[in-house]
Amino acid sequence: MTNQRFIFAAGLIVLALVGPFFVYPVFLMTALCFALFACAFNLLLGYAGLMSFGHAMFFGLGGYLFGYVVKTAGLPPEVGLLAGVAGAALLGLVTGALAIRRQGIYFAMITLAFAQMVYFICVQAPFTGGEDGLQGIPRRALLGGLIPIENDRALYYVVLAIFLFGFAAINRFIHSPFGQVLKAIRDNEQRALSLGYEADRYKLLAFVLSASLAGLAGATKAMVLQFATLTDVSAGMSGEVVLMALVGGLGTVLGPVLGAFVIVAMQNYLASFGEFVLVIQGSIFVVIVMAFRKGLVGEIGDWWRARQKAG
Amino acid sequence: MLDIFSIPLPALFGQLLLGLINGAFYAMLSLGLAVIFGMLNVINFTHGAQYMLGAFAAWLMLTNLSIPFWAALVLAPLVVGLFGVVIERLLLKRIYHLDHLYGFLLTFGLALVIEGLFQWKWGSSGAPYPAPIPGGYNLGFMFMPAYRGFVVVAALVVCLATWYGIERTRLGAYLRAATENPTLVRAFGINVPRLITLTYGLGVALAALAGVLAAPIQQVSALMGTNLVLVVFAVVVIGGMGSIMGSIVTGFGLGLIEGFTKVIYPPASNTVIFVVMALVLMVKPAGLFGQTK
Repeated sequence: MTNQRFIFAAGLIVLALVGPFFVYPVFLMTALCFALFACAFNLLLGYAGLMSFGHAMFFGLGGYLFGYVVKTAGLPPEVGLLAGVAGAALLGLVTGALAIRRQGIYFAMITLAFAQMVYFICVQAPFTGGEDGLQGIPRRALLGGLIPIENDRALYYVVLAIFLFGFAAINRFIHSPFGQVLKAIRDNEQRALSLGYEADRYKLLAFVLSASLAGLAGATKAMVLQFATLTDVSAGMSGEVVLMALVGGLGTVLGPVLGAFVIVAMQNYLASFGEFVLVIQGSIFVVIVMAFRKGLVGEIGDWWRARQKAG
Repeated sequence: MLDIFSIPLPALFGQLLLGLINGAFYAMLSLGLAVIFGMLNVINFTHGAQYMLGAFAAWLMLTNLSIPFWAALVLAPLVVGLFGVVIERLLLKRIYHLDHLYGFLLTFGLALVIEGLFQWKWGSSGAPYPAPIPGGYNLGFMFMPAYRGFVVVAALVVCLATWYGIERTRLGAYLRAATENPTLVRAFGINVPRLITLTYGLGVALAALAGVLAAPIQQVSALMGTNLVLVVFAVVVIGGMGSIMGSIVTGFGLGLIEGFTKVIYPPASNTVIFVVMALVLMVKPAGLFGQTK
């Protein structure tokens, strides 16, 4: 079993390394950014049991801050990425502290409402460029000129490294004592409280971590596509990340990554359908909730185990 | 002479009237959400789309069948309510045993499908609906378009009728009892599943009625309910879903606050309701009229 896992992981890494030679690199980079975003969302839902329906506020803010720092202030992209993460973390701290005062479905509605508030602020604030957004964000070299990122393939490896960093960080959180306590709170908050764990602190920390990584994903996306727009802070984007995690499998490690690739690919191929993409996305929501609640990874895992038992 | 804080009175009252009208829609929509949530344990994300369906139904009835506004006021909610009944029977019914989040996700998906279809068929630019009551009254301190006055009164009547129906009638008593303990009510020989279906149909019809009322004020467009439903979620968080009267008061009150903000500091008018939500969460997390569970 461990051997199989090792082969599987090695195969994925080889795929990731040779990917840009076979597939359009910008598509892969976009998918990786969304994969990190979906993993950040899934950290909160899968391991803290908190469903945020407003994660676009962190993703979008990360992008705007990156654009502002790099384009308007003329600073290097590393600073832009850090600003995106820091801004999202701060926003996560404020909104999270308020949102965790309610549970379950109210939590989802509160995060949604805060995201809508951030959206309206972004429409009006001077630094976001309003309806136009920030366009033509320059791609300056990283680490003081050491790593040029004008070339898409070169940038791809930077984005892959950022993704792997985020992915590894999430796995580290989940398997740490912190992650164990988080799961205990998810499964039985009263009991965790009675054992002396301050549930709210753990939840808030998980929320801030998730927000920061979503901000990192948003900032990276702005670096790749060289623009930041209102779409990334909109409620539609919050719904999209939920869809990615749901398609892949809520609470699974690889599910959100797979889900992100599926949804981004779908949007690429269905771009010509215009408004009909919404209808397709909505239908996927309905079908998954009605019939495949475990998502792709969950269902495949079930099938695999059943097959092994039979054979 | 006629001004407060150097704001001319007609402008102030004009905005307050607009706020009151928005508040009327918040009240009707949050009322529907609360009734549905109480009975089905589902936050109906499709509410905004169903509000849009009400407006569209009235508009289609007028343009294709020349059914006048007053008839559409009854027919459109009926049609959309029946559509709601079908959705409940086909889909929602099957997920009550799951976590609340799945109902939220399912209705979110349905909203995308409905709004996407209408946007695909009719585009996103709106169609005008002629005002059924032309003209207006000069009240001395402001000009009041007759139809807008009618909307506020109609919304109040609808809200109070809903309150009366749930709090003061026998059917309402069954409903409240079934919300508390469905198993026991079922043991008394009351058909609870049918009651649930009826409740959903009623909540959806309320949203559609709000949509018909909104049609002559706003443009009839596929996305007219998209942002509205998000604001209504905030209204529901602020009021708490425990009491019917609470939803009505919160809805109208927040509309007024929004209107007032539009006069004092216009850029904040979009966000003021969310700020109020943040404040309420700090002071009374369960909502103004909610019970802590």
